[in-house]
Amino acid sequence: MAKLPGATHVSSRFYRIALVASLLVSLVLPFVVPVYYVQFLSKAMLMGILALALNLVVGYGGLVSLCHAAFFGLAGYVLALTSPASGGASIFITLPLAMIVVAAVAAVIGALSLRTRGIYFIMATLAFGEMLFYLFHDTKIGGGSDGIYIYYEPEAVIAGFRLVDLGNKTHFYFVSLGALFLTLLFLKGLVGSPFGHALAAARDNERRALSLGFPVFGLRLAAFVISAVIAAVAGYLSAAQFGFVAPQMLGWHLSATVLVMVVLGGLSSLVGPLVGAIALMGLEEVLKSLFDNWKLVKGLIIIALVFLLPGGLQQLGALVMPERGEAPDTTGEAVEEKAHG
Amino acid sequence: MTPLLVIENLRSFYGVSQALHGVGLSVGRGEQIALIGRNGMGKTTLLRSIMGLIHDRRGEIRFDGASTIDRQPEDIARAGIAYVPEGRGVFGSLDVVENLVMAARPGRDGHSNWTLERVFEVFPRLHQRRGHGGLQLSGGEQQMLSIGRALMTNPDLILLDEATEGLAPLIAQEIWAMLDIIRAEGIATIVVDKDHRSLARVADRMVVMAKGEIAFDGTPAALRAEPGILERHLGI
Repeated sequence: MAKLPGATHVSSRFYRIALVASLLVSLVLPFVVPVYYVQFLSKAMLMGILALALNLVVGYGGLVSLCHAAFFGLAGYVLALTSPASGGASIFITLPLAMIVVAAVAAVIGALSLRTRGIYFIMATLAFGEMLFYLFHDTKIGGGSDGIYIYYEPEAVIAGFRLVDLGNKTHFYFVSLGALFLTLLFLKGLVGSPFGHALAAARDNERRALSLGFPVFGLRLAAFVISAVIAAVAGYLSAAQFGFVAPQMLGWHLSATVLVMVVLGGLSSLVGPLVGAIALMGLEEVLKSLFDNWKLVKGLIIIALVFLLPGGLQQLGALVMPERGEAPDTTGEAVEEKAHG
Repeated sequence: MTPLLVIENLRSFYGVSQALHGVGLSVGRGEQIALIGRNGMGKTTLLRSIMGLIHDRRGEIRFDGASTIDRQPEDIARAGIAYVPEGRGVFGSLDVVENLVMAARPGRDGHSNWTLERVFEVFPRLHQRRGHGGLQLSGGEQQMLSIGRALMTNPDLILLDEATEGLAPLIAQEIWAMLDIIRAEGIATIVVDKDHRSLARVADRMVVMAKGEIAFDGTPAALRAEPGILERHLGI
């Protein structure tokens, strides 16, 4: 698998144990915690999916996007606008539709923004994100700035048989967990594939990748669209969870928050952003109950974490556990060359 | 037989400043060209123009008969030109094998003379270090990896910038030996280096650049016969 710069290798056995343990915990949790927390955990997992999606572009592609909330929110609006007034929309029609709409919009935004680099790419994506925000904020589409309600949650019914009831908090929790699991599996496969390697190569050295014949623009556009479509899944489920969408769902503020989750968790690993999302939301939840000025405390904690753990929260694992693998080679040419000056 | 690469009246610009002032050069199939000259005379600009990495380039470049002057770098790479830039540009987040395998592609006529095994055969050191990340390699190993990666694309022409700069003498010898292997394979090369004596030993032709133009183009023997040229253009 492509290693990201600064990646720390926690022993794979520790990883496996942690993975199995968290899977077991996540399967049991909804039956032991109050329903409020079942809902909270579902929300955190959807944010985790959004952070994982963003990291494909930010961590692996080296492109900082500030419009991912727009893809997230747009998918929510697709659900809201296609839900009939008298009953639930079919998830099997509206979810693919939301993904297609977002893919098309992301292809246009990506094709235009990816002509720029660095800070200009950030500005371009911010501008496109805000255009979508104002499209829903300043027009009558979807209730304008007031947002729009989805009165009936989407239904997962095949041939008269209801697979899951999205209105049921526990069912919804498992749908979110399943989506999260599939996202992780998909991204793991993707970043380890030739496509993932080429994407990382283009981030390491764009000119070099071009000189090897890789269509860097096309690779980045594909990664951008894939990432947007995953964000759309999270946005669609989020809209279904709360039965309400508003322009704030598309705003840059959410884009920036997700970016903080990615950086906090660590962009140098696949699961880092998920850890970041859950940690940030958990932190907010705890601080809200303890302090009136909780945002101030949150800010200070985030600053402290960035200073203490520049590799992100996933670095914590590496600190406790012995590292795997490559001891620096002290024999051979490395030494020889130093000797030659 | 038509030459592999033909460059006519090539003018390249960085913004408003002109770096190449009408360069003409032709490279035959399997021919090894040494490109020398002081810093800032346009050697790297010429290589980058051939590769399509200089946006504003005018004149004509034909590779295997087809014009590449308006084509994108990735198309030019796929047409059969491989570029090993100064500073190597190894992908630091990929290991040695990944760096090589990602570039693997058959040549234009479908031949795959260069495989992972073959690269490891000529650079055994890379084989020893195969699991290491690109940035854990020494400068010489990075240069071998960069050349190996260029070969994995089974090119017809390799552009090699500052082939041995900053390398220990023993490692530099390995690179020069590699150039002999490349020539024996029938792959054409344009090599830039400061070590004009070693270049004269391996190259078919010596090309001297000065102020964005070709100042001399001839065999190593012809260059030796005119010591004034090296003195004027290399300050030797």
